[in-house]
Amino acid sequence: MIGKVIKYNLKNINTDLIIPARYLIKSDDIYLAQHCMEDLDRDFVEKVKTENYQILVADSNFGCGSSREQAPSAIKASGITCLIAPSFARIFFRNAINIGLPIIEFPSIGKLKTDDILNIHFEEGLMKNISTAEEFQVKKQPSFLQQIISAKGLINFARKQIE
Amino acid sequence: MMQIMGLTITEKILRDHCQNKKAVAGDYIMAEIDKCLANDITAPIAIEVFEKVIEDSKAEVFESSKIVLIPDHFTPNKDVASAAQCKILRDFATRHNITNYFEVGRGGIEHCLVPEQGLVNPGEVFIGADSHTCTYGALGAFSTGVGSTDLGVAMALGKCWLKIPESIKFIYSGRLNEWVSGKDLILYTIGEIGVDGATYKAMEFTGDTIKGLPMADRFTMCNMAIEAGGKSGIIEPDKITTSYLEAFKKLEDCFYSSDKDAEYHDIINFECANIEPQIALPHSPDNVKSISEVHNMKIELDQVVIGSCTNGRLADLRNIAKILKHRKINKKLRCIIIPGTQKIYLKAIERGYIESFVNAGAIISTPTCGPCLGGHMGVLAEGEKALSTTNRNFRGRMGHVNSEVFLSSPVVAAASAIKGYITSPEYL
Ligand code: SF4
Repeated sequence: MIGKVIKYNLKNINTDLIIPARYLIKSDDIYLAQHCMEDLDRDFVEKVKTENYQILVADSNFGCGSSREQAPSAIKASGITCLIAPSFARIFFRNAINIGLPIIEFPSIGKLKTDDILNIHFEEGLMKNISTAEEFQVKKQPSFLQQIISAKGLINFARKQIE
Repeated sequence: MMQIMGLTITEKILRDHCQNKKAVAGDYIMAEIDKCLANDITAPIAIEVFEKVIEDSKAEVFESSKIVLIPDHFTPNKDVASAAQCKILRDFATRHNITNYFEVGRGGIEHCLVPEQGLVNPGEVFIGADSHTCTYGALGAFSTGVGSTDLGVAMALGKCWLKIPESIKFIYSGRLNEWVSGKDLILYTIGEIGVDGATYKAMEFTGDTIKGLPMADRFTMCNMAIEAGGKSGIIEPDKITTSYLEAFKKLEDCFYSSDKDAEYHDIINFECANIEPQIALPHSPDNVKSISEVHNMKIELDQVVIGSCTNGRLADLRNIAKILKHRKINKKLRCIIIPGTQKIYLKAIERGYIESFVNAGAIISTPTCGPCLGGHMGVLAEGEKALSTTNRNFRGRMGHVNSEVFLSSPVVAAASAIKGYITSPEYL
């Protein structure tokens, strides 16, 4: 995939910042996406739309806090198609895998900035920063998780098990 | 020859719940689950997922008695939207004959209710679509929070993918100082290792202090493992566990323990003599200071909340009743007390705690998560400060994004409710 970066240089971006609990009275993705990240950056949703950002980069322990799957779902519904951070909180990590939102654990986020264009080859574990002409090797997910990722999420993976 | 290392309690439980009888920390498994749980926020999505998974196959839930549904977050329903969410759970429970559905008035906050109902046992694998499902590690079970998709799939297959976690062993030794409880131990621990200090790890709590720690405090400690990023918290079952389980006539044959030569990611020792009551300051559970320091800061409060899945148990209410009896809540603030379950509520009435709370000027809420997540029943205005016995003080957690939440034990919260600023019962 090729996409443009929006970056927040903040550690521990928690699930209450990603989608505040006050909106969890509904579980419709479009509604949730309207409020995505609003307590961190009021203009996030607007920026993603008008600037066509697709890759969200943040600092370590992204998604800590609640188990709410509404957090990765809201991010996905806002138009983001890939997440990059040095580390993710564990329930957030599994939720992202389960709903088929690609996630990359990448320690050197200092090498990426807002508006950079990245070309990511998930299968080869290769990431090119087209804006700086730098190339990085990124960690591939273990083969067990690859199966869920290739099925585009846990639902399809589980359906196969039932058949 | 390669040396064969011993196993942790977590590795043993998970190995016994999967096909791979050689699985160790780091391995991915499809675990057979003993129970699964969801609430009014996470179940509606899980139910949607379940229906997509079983579509066309006409399959049923894997085992209706192993599914637990508890509407507790926005209940009694605060508005039409949240009522619609709860209706999804209720209808699903009826359709699939799920007897462990707990209606408002017959339930309570999930992580207080599940152990109280005997729905979790030592040695089991319990997953819940709620991050604080890690609470039940206090009984020597492997319990962990998952997402709604995980739960939906678990309701169909009775299985959940897991990576067997490495463990960190926390050894607490020595007698606890006066007014120090399990809440202070866990806040202290999170303050030491940070909110990502145990990411992906099982936190194994042990040592002579833990051996003497009452069940309520053990639940509190395991409840907050997630606040350090932990996958689970766990305490080896012992005599205290046995006496807790007696009510349910449960046997000890499911008690697992770690081998002496088990491999740990890290081993951390804490001397309890050095630990005072702890406060987590805004906006992170690891922003922890000792009460003597915070007392001097004279932080004035607008609200005190005592309850939640962390500290809404009967023992917590008993401890605060000792403080609130014959005293008055400071007139500058509101004090909201929330018993964790209907059973706890009733016992608190019988024992006269509720009467002392009302006489002191506190308000008693029906069991609900309510203010803990800024849902209802005590949401904060801009600029307000609350001291709460809950587990998270993220920005905006209890209301306006510019409100502040401090975390403490129930006794510290009760003493502060009387004084009007954050203080310890010691200074009353
Ligand atoms: S009391 Fe708070 S932390 Fe516990 S389950 Fe409810 S919302 Fe979550």
